[in-house]
Amino acid sequence: MTQAEAKNVNVWYNNFQALKNINLTFEPNTITALIGPSGCGKSTFLRLFNRMNDLIPKFRLEGMVTVNGQNVYSDDVRLDEMRKNVGMVFQKPNPFPKSIFENVAYGLRVNGINNKKILEETVEHSLKQAALWDEVKESLKKSALELSGGQQQRLCIARALAVQPKLILMDEPASALDPISTAKIEELIFELKKTYTILIVTHNLQQAGRISDLTAFLYLGELIEYNHTKKIFLNPDDERTQNYITGRFG
Amino acid sequence: MTVIDNNIEQIKSDLIQMWTLVINQMEKARLALVNGDKNLAREVRMNEKRVDAFELKLDMDSEYVLMLKNPVAIDLRFILSVLKINYNIERIGDYANGIAKVAERLDGPVPEDILQATHLPEMFYTAQNMIHVSLKAFENSERNSVNHLFGMDEKLDKTNNNANAIICKLIQEKPDDIMLILNALSVMRKLERTGDHILNVAEELIYYFDANIVKHSKKNEDF
Ligand SMILES: Nc1ncnc2c1ncn2[C@@H]1O[C@H](COP(=O)(O)OP(=O)(O)OP(=O)(O)O)[C@@H](O)[C@H]1O
Ligand SMILES: [Mg+2]
Repeated sequence: MTQAEAKNVNVWYNNFQALKNINLTFEPNTITALIGPSGCGKSTFLRLFNRMNDLIPKFRLEGMVTVNGQNVYSDDVRLDEMRKNVGMVFQKPNPFPKSIFENVAYGLRVNGINNKKILEETVEHSLKQAALWDEVKESLKKSALELSGGQQQRLCIARALAVQPKLILMDEPASALDPISTAKIEELIFELKKTYTILIVTHNLQQAGRISDLTAFLYLGELIEYNHTKKIFLNPDDERTQNYITGRFG
Repeated sequence: MTVIDNNIEQIKSDLIQMWTLVINQMEKARLALVNGDKNLAREVRMNEKRVDAFELKLDMDSEYVLMLKNPVAIDLRFILSVLKINYNIERIGDYANGIAKVAERLDGPVPEDILQATHLPEMFYTAQNMIHVSLKAFENSERNSVNHLFGMDEKLDKTNNNANAIICKLIQEKPDDIMLILNALSVMRKLERTGDHILNVAEELIYYFDANIVKHSKKNEDF
């Protein structure tokens, strides 16, 4: 079974082609790291799966993007339904200026779930999954903005998990965190793999090595190499991959 | 040029120096043995400390790169193979030292008839050639010449396999020279072990060049 797939994907912003004929499939319960130099199209690629690019004027897509076998760009897809399957975590934690509880419950409320018991259970479960529960269970009414950066990031992960997505997209989720918070997030991502499929963009190659099963190297909008992370980091096939990961680019 | 390039260049140059030193050690040990040159033997024994110092430095520098520079791909394979090559070359240095000790113990050069009977000159030639060829392969990234090392080692093994028979026969013929003959046997063993260590080096070179692990895959079964 394939959890998500990009098939012959080309993307343009105006006349600029940001992605060139990308073909990638993601199996359930895997972590795939997307690596490559700044501007190579990692975020553009990630945002295809929850249609976040739709907001960008002059964005144009050719090809097919599927989640759970459904074409996410087909006309009959309901955006809110589709996004329930896909959670996203950004580089900078972006909690809403609401309580910790409401941040996690947000996705459920948007989907019309207001049953107190269900909300409480889901919030607790999601916070536990995000390894934050023990730190906040006494202060669920506190503003999310009072949490530390690392806690806020785990809160955002809990928020993404609350709607029980299949696919989780992470765009440099630990780049603004100290080593301890980073280690916690990495541990958490590794744990989440049991339940979810994860695509993670990272500039931290050691991080990609530590947590991912597979690594895709993008360069100038092209997929240069996609393979098991061990293979990529020990003996990549393409010289450009080797030059990038050994820091010998350009 | 990246930060790690400097470290790698330095390590490579140190290893080449150590390797060259060990080549010289082996040649001096050989000359000391066949010429009965105790001064030269002593020189080898003194230089052994330099080999050890190189080994320690290479170990430390490689550990430092692993710890702080996060090497990957070809860089990682370089460091991992250097760690093992370093160990093997140091062991060959030990054998050169051991041969020099034998030369110091003897009362003169090893007589020509014993040299011939034990095939020591050929064994020296092959073992020394193997050290030399492996160094060139490392230094100039000559992947093809690594393959020759396996054939060279077979030659050494062949002679060494006959060692017991050769030595028995010699002892019967020249019972008065028994100490000398046993010393010659110990040199044969050291040269045979040298070949084994160069094969370990060859396996590391293949790992470094191709990322292939050949260890334990084609050992001679005919012992
Ligand atoms: N909204 C936009 N309008 C026009 N061009 C864009 C837009 N967003 C991205 N691009 C261009 O598309 C290319 C890919 O951008 P993208 O943000 O996907 O790169 P990235 O690999 O995520 O880089 P980084 O590592 O810096 O985050 C870049 O050349 C960028 O300039
Ligand atoms: Mg980006």
